[in-house]
Amino acid sequence: MPDPRPDASGPDAPDLAARRAVMGLCGEARPEELRRALTQVGAGEEPEDLRPPETGLVMTRGRIGGDGRPFNLGEATVTRAAVRLSGGETGFAYHLGRDRAKARLAATLDALWQRPALRREIEAALLPVAARRAAEREAEVRRIAATRVNFFTMARGED
Amino acid sequence: MYVAVKGGEAAIANAHRLLAETRRGDTTVPELSVAQIREQMALLVDRVMTEGSLHDPDLAALALKQARGDLIEAVFLVRAYRTTLPRFGASEPVETGAMSLRRRISATYKDLPGGQVLGPTFDYTHRLIDFALAAEGEAPAAEEAEPLADAAHAPRVTDLLGQDGLIEPSAPDDGTPPGDLTREPLDFPADRALRLQALARGDEGFVLALGYSTQRGYGRTHPFVGEIRVGTVAVEFVPEELGFAVPLGEVALTECQMVNQFHGSAEVPPQFTRGYGLAFGQSERKAMAMALVDRALRAEELGEPVGAPAQDQEFVLAHCDALQATGFVEHLKLPHYVDFQAELELVRRLRAEHAARRSRVEADTSETERKEAAE
Repeated sequence: MPDPRPDASGPDAPDLAARRAVMGLCGEARPEELRRALTQVGAGEEPEDLRPPETGLVMTRGRIGGDGRPFNLGEATVTRAAVRLSGGETGFAYHLGRDRAKARLAATLDALWQRPALRREIEAALLPVAARRAAEREAEVRRIAATRVNFFTMARGED
Repeated sequence: MYVAVKGGEAAIANAHRLLAETRRGDTTVPELSVAQIREQMALLVDRVMTEGSLHDPDLAALALKQARGDLIEAVFLVRAYRTTLPRFGASEPVETGAMSLRRRISATYKDLPGGQVLGPTFDYTHRLIDFALAAEGEAPAAEEAEPLADAAHAPRVTDLLGQDGLIEPSAPDDGTPPGDLTREPLDFPADRALRLQALARGDEGFVLALGYSTQRGYGRTHPFVGEIRVGTVAVEFVPEELGFAVPLGEVALTECQMVNQFHGSAEVPPQFTRGYGLAFGQSERKAMAMALVDRALRAEELGEPVGAPAQDQEFVLAHCDALQATGFVEHLKLPHYVDFQAELELVRRLRAEHAARRSRVEADTSETERKEAAE
C-alpha cells in the first residue's frame, strides 16, 4: 500500500479544524444523507480504494476519577475507509459502528473536500445534517431541562 | 477433567435446529426485530455492551436475540465476535466533564452549578406494574422546558470539592499507556487502571453484591454519591496515517463519583477519598457498585486494614468476569466420562477395602467376646 499520509504541505491548523468538522458531520450523517451530499457536489468521480472499507476495534479509554490516569473501559466497533482520487487526494473515514458503505462515502467526501474548489460546496451540502443534529440536540436538551429538580431539605423534628 | 468425545453429530445438528425453532417461539406472535430490541430493551443492550466490553448497540441487540435473552450467553457472543476483528488502536481518553447530560444527580449537594436533572429514571416511580403497557398505544410525549442559563456548564462534583482540597486529587496522567487485560493476562497485584477495566466488564450482579457487602460492614468505606452523570461523550482517535484526532462519533456513558471516608496522615490533612465507576450506556447500578468496589480495593494503598472479600483484589478480579465464571461452571456438563470412570473404580475399591476391614474388625470383636465369655 502506498504511504497514505497527507503530504508535508498538508492542512494547517484552521484547515485541520474545518476538515475535522466535516469528518465529524459525516460520522453523524445517515448514509442516505452522505449519498445526497455527494450527488449534490456532483464530482462524478469514482475514487479508487486505498484501503477497502474494514471494520475493527478501537479501545475506548476513560480516566480514573474522570480526570486522572487513563484506563481501558472497553472496545468499540469502528469502520474505516481510505480512498484516492485521480488528482492524488486521499480521503479517510473512521466511524463508530459497522457501516462500510457509509465509511466509503465519507472517505470520498473527505478526499473531495481537499480540493479547495469543492470545499465550500461540500460544507454547504452537509448543512442539512448539521441542522438535523442541532434540532435533535435542542429537543433533547429541552426534554432533559423539564426534569431539572430542586430538592428542599426537610427540617428534622428534634424537640 | 473434560475429555474429547466423538459422535452425536446428528443429534447436535437437530438440537440446534430445535433451538432455532424454540428461539422463534409461537409463530402467531410477531417476530422481534433487532431494532426493536435495541430501542425497547435499551438497558439490557447497555449491559451486554458493558459486560461484553464492546460498544455496538446493534450487535448487542442481535446477540440478545440470538441468545433468547440470556444475558451471559449474549456477552459470550459479543466477546467471541470481537476476537475476529483487528484492533486499530486506542481512543483518546473521553472527557466526561464535557458530557452532553441526560441525567445528573448528586447526593452530597442539592444546589450544584449546572443543576441536577433527573432524566429518564425509575427513581421515584412506585414500582407498580403498569398494565397500560400491555395494551399497545402511544407513549405520552415528554414535557419540554427552556434550559436554564447555567445548564451548559456542569463541573464534576469532585472538581468542586477539589478546589478546596477537601478531596484527594486524581493521580496525574504521566503518559504511560494503561495495562490491558485483553492483551496481557491479569497479574497480581493489579494497578488501579487494570482493576477498573476488570470491574467495568465484570458481572453486574457480582460487583453489586460485593459493593453491598462493603455497606454491610465487610470493608466499610462510608460512601456518598458525589455525582452520577449519564449522557454522551465524543470519542476521538488518532489514526497513525493521519496524525491528528478524528472524531469517531458519540458513545453513551454512565459515570459515578463516590466520595468516601476521610484519610489523612502526619503530612496530609484529612480529606475525602474517591471511588470511581464508568460503564457504557445508562448503567447506573453497575457504575455505583463499581465505584464502591474500586474504593474498597484501594484499602491497602490508603493504609486501611485489609480482610474483607471486597478488599481482596485477587478474589474480586479473578471472579468478577461472568464469561470466565460461566465457562468454568458450565464446562461441568460436558462429558467427563473417563474422569468419572476412574473415580467410580476408586470408590468401588475403597468400598471393597472398607468392607474387608469391617469384616476383619467384626471377626476380631467376636473372637475377643468369645474369649472374654470363656474366662
